[in-house]
Amino acid sequence: MAQITLSGVGHTYGKANSDEGWALDPLDLVWENGNTYALLGPSGCGKTTMLNIISGLVKPTRGRILFDTRDVTNMPTARRNIAQVFQFPVIYGSMSVHDNLAFPLVCRKWPRDRIEQKVTEVAEVLDLGRGLRKPARSFTAAEKQLISLGRALVREDVAALLMDEPLTVIDPQFKFLLRRKLREITERFRLTVVYVTHDQNEAMTFANEVVVMNQGRVVQRASPEQLFEYPRTAYVGYFIGSPAMNFLPAGTDGGSLVFAGSKLRSGYDAATLPPGKLEIGVRAEYVEFVSEPSENTLAAKVTGVLNQGSIRVVTLLVAGEPAKVSITRGQPVPSGDVLVRLPADKIRVYVDGELATPAS
Amino acid sequence: MSLIAEHLTLEVDRVRHLDDVSFTLKRGRLHTLIGRTLAGKTTLLRTIAGLQRLDDGTLDLDGRPFHGRPVWERDVAMVYEEFINYPHLTVLDNVAFPLRRRGVGRDAARERARAALERVSLTGFDDRRPAQLSGGQQQRVALARALVRNADVLLLDEPLANLDYKLREQMREEFRSLFSDQGGSVVLYTTTDPAEAMILGDVVLVMHEGRLIQVGPPDEVVDRPATTAVAGIVNDPPMNIVDGAIEDGTVRIGGMLSLPPAAHMRGLTPGRYRFGLRAMELGLGSEDDVKGAVTFSEVSGSETFLHVETGFGPLVLQIEGVHSFALDTSVPVMVDPERLFVFGPDDRLVAYPNTETGRPWRRSR
Repeated sequence: MAQITLSGVGHTYGKANSDEGWALDPLDLVWENGNTYALLGPSGCGKTTMLNIISGLVKPTRGRILFDTRDVTNMPTARRNIAQVFQFPVIYGSMSVHDNLAFPLVCRKWPRDRIEQKVTEVAEVLDLGRGLRKPARSFTAAEKQLISLGRALVREDVAALLMDEPLTVIDPQFKFLLRRKLREITERFRLTVVYVTHDQNEAMTFANEVVVMNQGRVVQRASPEQLFEYPRTAYVGYFIGSPAMNFLPAGTDGGSLVFAGSKLRSGYDAATLPPGKLEIGVRAEYVEFVSEPSENTLAAKVTGVLNQGSIRVVTLLVAGEPAKVSITRGQPVPSGDVLVRLPADKIRVYVDGELATPAS
Repeated sequence: MSLIAEHLTLEVDRVRHLDDVSFTLKRGRLHTLIGRTLAGKTTLLRTIAGLQRLDDGTLDLDGRPFHGRPVWERDVAMVYEEFINYPHLTVLDNVAFPLRRRGVGRDAARERARAALERVSLTGFDDRRPAQLSGGQQQRVALARALVRNADVLLLDEPLANLDYKLREQMREEFRSLFSDQGGSVVLYTTTDPAEAMILGDVVLVMHEGRLIQVGPPDEVVDRPATTAVAGIVNDPPMNIVDGAIEDGTVRIGGMLSLPPAAHMRGLTPGRYRFGLRAMELGLGSEDDVKGAVTFSEVSGSETFLHVETGFGPLVLQIEGVHSFALDTSVPVMVDPERLFVFGPDDRLVAYPNTETGRPWRRSR
C-alpha cells in the first residue's frame, strides 16, 4: 500500500491552455496510506477523471502523481499495481471462482502451492469458499463483485484499491451486506481505498473521509459527521443529507440573526459577519415541532407529507419560504398551522453560499 | 375503469417467472411495484405491453380482453431504465413522434409535445438532440414522449435507477405531482427502492420470486407486512427477523431474551414464532439488556448503523447520532416488545404493533 500524492494535478479534455475549462481544476491532494476515502459528487463533477488519473488511464494535462516518493506520472496503468473494481463485475464467466482468483497469480508465474494457499485465504475472507469450483457466472451480482475484488486482493503488491461505483448493479437489500463486506476487507487488509460514488449514503457509510467534488473542484474534505454538521458551502449542504439542508434568507439586527422579523439565537455574532447574501442553514432532522412558542420558534404551514417508509418528510412554508422536516414513523404527523423551533446550536450561517465562522 | 390481471403464469426452463399473478389496477391511481432484481417485475410489465407470451392467465382492460391483442393494438406507453430516445430527432420531434405516427398533424403534434415537455420541466431544449442533454434531461424526454399520448396504460420500469442519487431524490418528488395529473391512464411503476415505492405509490404491489405477495397502500405494507419476505423488501435496512417462542406468558427469543408480551400479542397461542424488529426501533439499552458483539459500525450523516451479533442471530440497529465502536465491543441491545412484529413459523404475519398509539420511541423532542 502506498500514500498517493497529487501535486498540481489538473486535467482538461480539450487542448491544453485553451479556454475549454478544466474537467479537473489543478489541485494538490494527498491520499494517506491505509485510509478509506470516498470521492463524492454528481455526474460530470470530475471524480472519474480523478480516479483515472490515479490509475493511469488518463495522463493529466499538468502536475505530477507520486506513489509514496516514486513519480508515476508517466507510468502505464499495468505497472502501477492498482487494483480496480468497476460498476459492472469483470469476471471470466466460464471459469470457476477458483480459477478467476488464481488467474492474476498464474500470469505472474507463482508456484502452484503458493497460489492454492492465497486463493483459499482470499476466498475465505470473501465467503466464497464453498463455491470455489462453480463457474463464476452462476453467482449473484453481489458475489460477482466480490470475485472481481478477490482477483485484486490475491496480489500482494497492490498500491491502492480503486472502486468506481461498485454497488450500481446491486439490489438495495444486498448493498448493505456488500458494503459491510467491503469495509471488513479494507480494514483487514489495511488498504488505501478510493471509492467513487454519487450516492451520499454510500460515501458516508463507507469512508473515513469524504472528498466532495463539484464542477471539477474539491469543495470539502471531511469526516462524514463533519460534512453533515458543518457543510462548508450551501452546495455541500444540499448534496449531503436526505432531504437536503434547509436554507432560509436571513438578515441581521445588531448582533442577532433575523428571519421574517423574528430574532434568532445562534452561535454566531451577526455584527461580525462579512457582507453578502445571508442564509440560515438548518437540517431537516433538527427542526422540531413544538406546541408552545419559545426561543427560536416560527409559525409555519404544513403543505404536504412524503411517506418514505421508515421516515416521513413534512414539507412546510415558513413565512413563505419552503422547508422540510423529517420525522420518524410513529411520531404524530402534523397538519395545518404549526409551530417549529430551530435549535440555536444547529443553526449554520452562510454568506454568499459559504459557511461563516461562528463566534468563539 | 381498470386493468385486471388474473392468474398470469409464465414458466421458462422450469423456472416460474410469473406465478399465478392477479391484480386490479385502477385508472388515475399510481401503482408502484417493488421487488428485488429478478423478482419478475420487468417480465410483468412486458406481459402487459404484449412483448411477452403467457402460459396462462388473462388481462382485461375496462372489461374487454387485452391479453390477446398484438402489441400495436395495445395503447401502452413504456419508459425504461436506460434512457431511450431517437438520436436523430430533436427533443421536440422525439416527443411529437408517437402522435405523428398516429396521424396527428405536425403543428398540432408539436404543440402537444411542447405541453408535455413543460410538464416534465424541460423547456428551452426543443431543438437539441438527446446526446446533447444530461442523463436526467434525456430521461425527461423519454417520459414526455410516454405522457404525450395519454395512453391507456403507462408503464415505467425503474426509470430513475440510472440517475444520480440527488437527482433521483428530486425527480421522485416531482413524479408524485406529475402522475397525479395523469388521470386517465393506468400507471404502473417498478422500483427496488422502498422510499421511492412509498413516496410515489397510492398502491404498492410487492413482488417476490414471481409472485405478488402483498398489495396495499404504503402505510399498510410498511406497518402490516404480510410475510417476513415483505418485511425484508419494504424496509431499508431490511427488517431483522429472529426466531423465538411465546410460552408461559413470556416472549422468549433464542433462549436468551425474555420479554413480557405486549398488548398486540394477546390472544396468540403459545408456540414457536418469528419476531420482526425494525433497525430503527432497536436501541442501545442498559446493563440489564441482552448483550451483543459489534461486528461492524457504519456512520451515515446523523445516524449510525450498528451490526451486532447476538446469541440469537445478527441484528442491525439504526441509532441516532454518530458513534464509533471497536469491533467485538459488547453492547446492550434494547428490544421493546411493543414494537415487535410477530410472524408464524410459516412466515405469515400474526400480530403487529399498534401504529395509531405508536409512541415516539426515539428522538425525544
